[in-house]
Order: sequence, then C-alpha cells, then structure tokens
Amino acid sequence: MPLRLKIWGCRGSIATPGTETVAFGGNTSCVEVLLDGDEALVLDAGTGIRGLGLDLVRRNKRRIHLFLTHLHLDHLEGLRFFAPLWDEKVTLDVWGPRSPVLGLRERILRSFSPPLFPIDFRDVPARITFHDLPGKPWRSAGISLSSELVLHPGPTVGFRLQAGGSTVAYLPDHEPALAGIHGRSIDWISGGGLAGGADVVLHDAQYLEEEYDGKIGWGHSSLADAVAFCDAVGADRLVLFHHEPERADRALESLEQRARELTPADRSPPELAREGMILEVS
Amino acid sequence: MDTQRPKHLVLILAREFASNLSTPTLIADARGNLVYYNEAAEAVVGRRFSEMGVMPADEFAAEFEPRTLASEPLPLEQRPVRIALDERRAAHLRYLVTSADGVEREIEVTAFPLFAQTDEFVGIVAIFWRV
Repeated sequence: MPLRLKIWGCRGSIATPGTETVAFGGNTSCVEVLLDGDEALVLDAGTGIRGLGLDLVRRNKRRIHLFLTHLHLDHLEGLRFFAPLWDEKVTLDVWGPRSPVLGLRERILRSFSPPLFPIDFRDVPARITFHDLPGKPWRSAGISLSSELVLHPGPTVGFRLQAGGSTVAYLPDHEPALAGIHGRSIDWISGGGLAGGADVVLHDAQYLEEEYDGKIGWGHSSLADAVAFCDAVGADRLVLFHHEPERADRALESLEQRARELTPADRSPPELAREGMILEVS
Repeated sequence: MDTQRPKHLVLILAREFASNLSTPTLIADARGNLVYYNEAAEAVVGRRFSEMGVMPADEFAAEFEPRTLASEPLPLEQRPVRIALDERRAAHLRYLVTSADGVEREIEVTAFPLFAQTDEFVGIVAIFWRV
C-alpha cells in the first residue's frame, strides 16, 4: 500500500500558538505514517506529538515506533506529554542518531528529570526501548526505512521511507547549501541519498532568500535552496516544512507562491505543510 | 566502481573544507577510492579532478612514481595514505615523486582517517606540501 502521512506539527524552532498561525499550525515537527492495525510509526516528537498521542490512544495503537531526526528541543519537547507513555500496555521503540559521546537513552532522559520535568523516567509506565539508528536500511511496521546524517548542527539525520512503490523523504532540519547544491552530482549533496527520486520530500524551508544571508550555518534552508535541492536530486513534490516562527499564515501563503515561481515547470508545484494535512503518495 | 554511491556527510563536509584550502588536499573513501582533490592539488597533479574521475588511490599515486629520499621505490605499506586507510591512524612522510611536469619533487604528505561516529570509518584526508 502506498505511503500515507499525516502532519501533526510543521513549525520550526518553537511552538507558535495564536490567531495568526491557525491555518498552518503552531506545533513543532511531528509526522505520522498512517498504518492499519495496532502499530504506529511517528517521525519526530515536537509539540505536535501531544495531539497525536491522544489520537493514538483513541485508536488503540499500542505498538509505537518513534524515529527522531535529532534531539534539538523542537523535535523532542512533546515526548513528555505523549499520552501513550502513561499506558503500561504500550510498547514504544525510540530510534535516534548515534552520538560519539552519550547513548540515545541518556541524552533523552536529561529532559525527563528535575529540574526540567517533575516526573522521573522510572515512573513512566509504558515499555520504552531506545535504539541507535542502524547504519543500513531496515523495516519497521511494514515500511522500509533508511537514514543518513545530514547537514545540521549536531548529529542529525533525515529519513527515506518506502512502501507500495511510493517514496517519501523527511528532512525537516537541513542546510544542504552549506556544502553545495548547484553544480554537484547527487552523490555529493547532503541528503541526496535520501531524497533522490522521491515522490514527496518534506524539506526545511524556514527562510526567505534575503533572510538566509544573515543565518548561514544555523542549520536551515532558504526557500530557494529547498527548491534547488529537490530539483538537483530529481524529487518530484516538495512540501515546505519547518516554518519560521515569526511567519504568520498570510506571509506563509506568499512564501508558497514564491516557491512555485522558483520551481521548474516539469515538477509538481510546492506546497506548504500544515497541521492536519494528509499526504497521499502515489 | 559505484561512483554514484551517496557520500557520507563527513566526506561531503571534508570536500567543502578542502575546496576552500590553498593547500593541496585529496580525499579517499573507506574503500580506498580517490573521490576528490582540490584545485591546489590540481596544480601539482596537472589535471582537473573532473577530467579524471574516481579511481583507486593507489593507482592514482602510482602515476607519480613515489620513491624514498634514497630514490628507492616507496612500498605501499609505508605510504601515508595507505597507512591511514589500512591502519586507520594518522601518518606523515617526506618522499620523492615525479610531478605532472616530469620534474622530480620532494613532498611531505600527512594523511589521517575520518571517523564519523564512534567506530564508523568513512575515508581519509591527505594533505601534501612541496618541500
């Protein structure tokens, strides 16, 4: 069956609730791969995972696979409020990038202890296992996955997901321009192995071109670089992700228009990620 | 040779680093394939990397007839690039080569391994200087 994804959070850096972010949402990164049965596959644990967790409880999903691109707070801060954690019948496998210093468990549990959080991890009833991401492709819940380190400060990966002849790349925090896009063959572009030929790419597009000049090296892409990246790797449909917190709904709509102007005519028009959006990939 | 294999991020960053250096620098992947050398190295090699493409680093080095300072052939196992690849440690050596213009030159080479994660060997970087 082709991939179906639901976006639960696509805001970058910090949650931005308010009347000006209603259309695209203010929750930080969280994407669900929609599956039949009692399993759930989740990408990132930004604040969007809070709403997802309540929904998973309602749907009686008790075998959950969570894949983290990295441990910056906007991709992790929702985990403590993920409702399935508080159900002893839930099995949660958490996967994340390896670090040369500390294991994934130790790094994540820093946020599960005082003074950052009142409840100790030992008191969480769900059965939780932490795993370093494997170096080779693997399968989880019937989905083929692979990960690669990508350009972003600290150990950070992107994911490539395949099922039923469809391919999605998830690169929410990524600055490939730092090591070059233009004039590079795909094998020399950060994330090229993940997004090459993908049907859909969810990609960081936090900045306008003029904003990016002052933020080079911060780990995020300009809109133009996101478009250029997708073109360079031969991906079809770009979904603009990791929206700048300062960008209200109307400003985001202008950004989408600009992305469409930059996109070659033979590609699908880019679109903005928004909370509640369901991506049917075929 | 699988030249289109996606490069590890560390190699991509090493290439970007090397491309901004005025010191001749070359990069080989974990399999020992020369995957990049910078413009400064092109001046010594006599060819642009884009004209040459990916090839085994040993094959590339052989073109320059590496010799000891006593003009004896330099065994593979003593070459810094080979040591960095095989033994995964840094190595440094001064030796003789015949550069692209046919002139014998004395060079110094420092090569070191690249480990991306705790135990993930992804390739080597070699920097060389004319003495």
